[in-house]
Amino acid sequence: MTLELLQGSVAITRAAIAADCRFFAGYPMSPFTPLLEAMSRELADTGGVCINAESEIEGANMALGASAAGFRAATGSCGQGIALMQETIAEAALNETPLVVFNMARNQQDYYQCTRGGGWGDYRTITLAPKDITEAVEHTQLLFHLADRYRAPVILYGDDLLSKTQVGVDVQPLDLPDLPEKDWALDGSASGTGRSRQVWTFAMGKKNDPGPGPDGQWKRVAQKFADLEQVEARHETVHAEDAETLVVAFGSAAKFVEHVVEELREQGHKVGLFRPITLWPFPGAALAQVTRGVRRVLVFEINAGQMIDDVRQWTHDRDAIEFIGGVSIDEHGLAFGPLLDAPVIAERILAAHSPADVLTARS
Amino acid sequence: MTTTDITIDTRTAPPPPSTKAASAAPSLILGEHSLCPGCGEPVALRLLLETLQELDVVDRSIGVVGHGCYGSFVRIMDIDVLQCLHGRAPSCATGIKRMRPESVVFTLQGDGDMVNEGLQEVLHSAARGENITCILLNNGVFGDTGGQQTATTVLGQRTKTSLEGRNAADHGYPIPIADLVASLQGSGYVARGAVSTPAAVARTKRMIKRAVQSQLDGNGLSLVEILTMCPTGWFVPAADGADYQGSSMEPVYPVGELKSQEAERA
Ligand code: SF4
Repeated sequence: MTLELLQGSVAITRAAIAADCRFFAGYPMSPFTPLLEAMSRELADTGGVCINAESEIEGANMALGASAAGFRAATGSCGQGIALMQETIAEAALNETPLVVFNMARNQQDYYQCTRGGGWGDYRTITLAPKDITEAVEHTQLLFHLADRYRAPVILYGDDLLSKTQVGVDVQPLDLPDLPEKDWALDGSASGTGRSRQVWTFAMGKKNDPGPGPDGQWKRVAQKFADLEQVEARHETVHAEDAETLVVAFGSAAKFVEHVVEELREQGHKVGLFRPITLWPFPGAALAQVTRGVRRVLVFEINAGQMIDDVRQWTHDRDAIEFIGGVSIDEHGLAFGPLLDAPVIAERILAAHSPADVLTARS
Repeated sequence: MTTTDITIDTRTAPPPPSTKAASAAPSLILGEHSLCPGCGEPVALRLLLETLQELDVVDRSIGVVGHGCYGSFVRIMDIDVLQCLHGRAPSCATGIKRMRPESVVFTLQGDGDMVNEGLQEVLHSAARGENITCILLNNGVFGDTGGQQTATTVLGQRTKTSLEGRNAADHGYPIPIADLVASLQGSGYVARGAVSTPAAVARTKRMIKRAVQSQLDGNGLSLVEILTMCPTGWFVPAADGADYQGSSMEPVYPVGELKSQEAERA
C-alpha cells in the first residue's frame, strides 16, 4: 500500500475515475469547488469530460444526459446548489437514470435535503455519509455501482473537511460485482428499427411497443425504493454492546464522536457510538436493536436536529433520546463551527451520561 | 320532388378505401399523432424525420424532447429519445453529445420550453458551441396548457393570460431567440422557417437539412426556429390557422437564414 498525500477532493476525484466516471459537470460553490477543480484537472487526462456549467440546474441535466447515453456521470454542489438540482434528481429517480451527486456540504444542515429530497414523486436518494476521506474514496466507488445497479440517483454527503483536508490515501479500485449491460441506454443504434429506446418518466413506450405508462412506472419505482430500504441500509457501531449511553452521529461529526467515545471508555464511561453510514435508507432496524437496554440515546449532529427525526422513529425507548448537537458554522458560513471539537463533544456527552462527573470535574 | 333510384349490389364487396396518405408517411413515424387539426407541429416533425433519413443518419440519431404538445412525438418517433424536464433539453443534449460525439443529437422544444423556462440552456449551449441541433417549434403560446402567453407571444396577440392582447407596458416584448442565438460565436447555423404554405414547408425542410449538416460538419450549435400553427391555442378556426400565423407572427419573426457557414464563405 502506497499512501499519497491528497486533498479529499482530489482523492474523491481519483476514486470516481477508478469507478469509470466519464462525465462531470458542476457549478462552483464552496466547499464543493475544490472537487470541481480536481475533476476539471484530472477527468480530461483520462479522456473524460468535465464541464464548468452555467448553473447547478444545467450541470445536473448535462450529467443526466451523459448518463442516459450510458456513461457513468456525476454532478455536485452543496446546500443551496443541491436545492436547485432537486428537480433533476427527482427526474432521474422517476425515469430511472443513474446519477451520482456529490454534496460537499457546508455542515450537516443538508440532512433533510439529502434524505427527503425536495423534488416531485415517490422517490428517495441513497445517501452515503463517509466519516473521513478514506471512507469517502470507498463510498464514491460504491455509489457509482449502486446508481447503476438500481438505476437511481445517489448522493455522497461530504462536507468542507472531506473536501479540503489533506491526508495520506491509497486510491485502489474496489472489487464490486459485475452489472448487466445498459441495454436501456440511448446510443441511437436502435433508431429506425422499430425498437428505438425511450427514457421518460411517463414510460408510455412507443406506439408499436407500449410501456408501463405513468401508473405502472411510478408504482414500479416506488416499489424499488421500498425494496431498497430493506437491503441497502448500512451502519457501524463502536462499543455499543454494553453501552449505557449511545451516541448517534453521522459523517465527519461521527468521526469526532468516535474519538471522544474511545477517550471516555478509557476513563471508564460506558458510552458507545451508532453511526448510520447510509442516511437513506436509514439503518432503523439496527438502531432499534442496539438501543434495547441502553439508558440514554444522544443525537449529535451539526444542525438544529434533523436526523433525530429518524432516530426518534426507531429508538427502542423514545424517552431516552436527547439532542446534544446544534447549529455551529464558522464566520464565513462555509465550514463547521466550534461545536465540532472533541472537548466540547466530550462535555456534552458526559453531561447527559453522568451529570455528577461533570460537576466534579468543574468543582 | 325528385327521387333517385339507388341500386345496391349486395353480391360484391365495396372497393377498399384510398391508402394514398399512408404510402406517403415517412417510415420513422410509428403511428398517428394525436395533435389538433390544423396544428403545424406534425408537419415540422415530419420534415425533421425525413431529413434524418435523407442524410442517412437514422441509426445514430438521438432526440431530446421537452414538454409541450409535441411531447407526444416521443411515442411515434422511431428514434432513441430522452424526454427531459421543461427547458433543459440543450443541457441534456450536451451531456449526450459530449459522450457520443459520433451521434446526431437534436432537441425538439416549443417556445414555452426553450424561450421561457430554458432560455439559459439554449443560450449557454450556443455560446459553448455545443455540436447539437435545436429545433424550436414556435407557435407563440403554451399550446399544451391551453393557450397562455409565452416569451415569444407577439404584441397584440390575445392569450388566456393576456386577454386584451399582449402589450409591452404590461407584458414586455417578445424575444427573438433565433437572432440571439445567431449573435453568439458558438452557433454555426441559424434559420427561421414556417410551415404555413407549401413553399414555406419546402424551404424549412432545406433549413433543417442544412442545420443537421452543420452539426455533421462540426460547426457548433445549429438552430431552426419553425413558426407553427396553433389554432386551438389561438382560438381561431383550424382552417384559418395558416393565414392567421402569416399575418400575426411572420411580420414579427421574418423567415430566412440568419447565420450560415456557407453564406459566410460565399
Ligand atoms: S394545442 Fe396547439 S400546439 Fe398543441 S396540438 Fe393543438 S394546435 Fe398543436
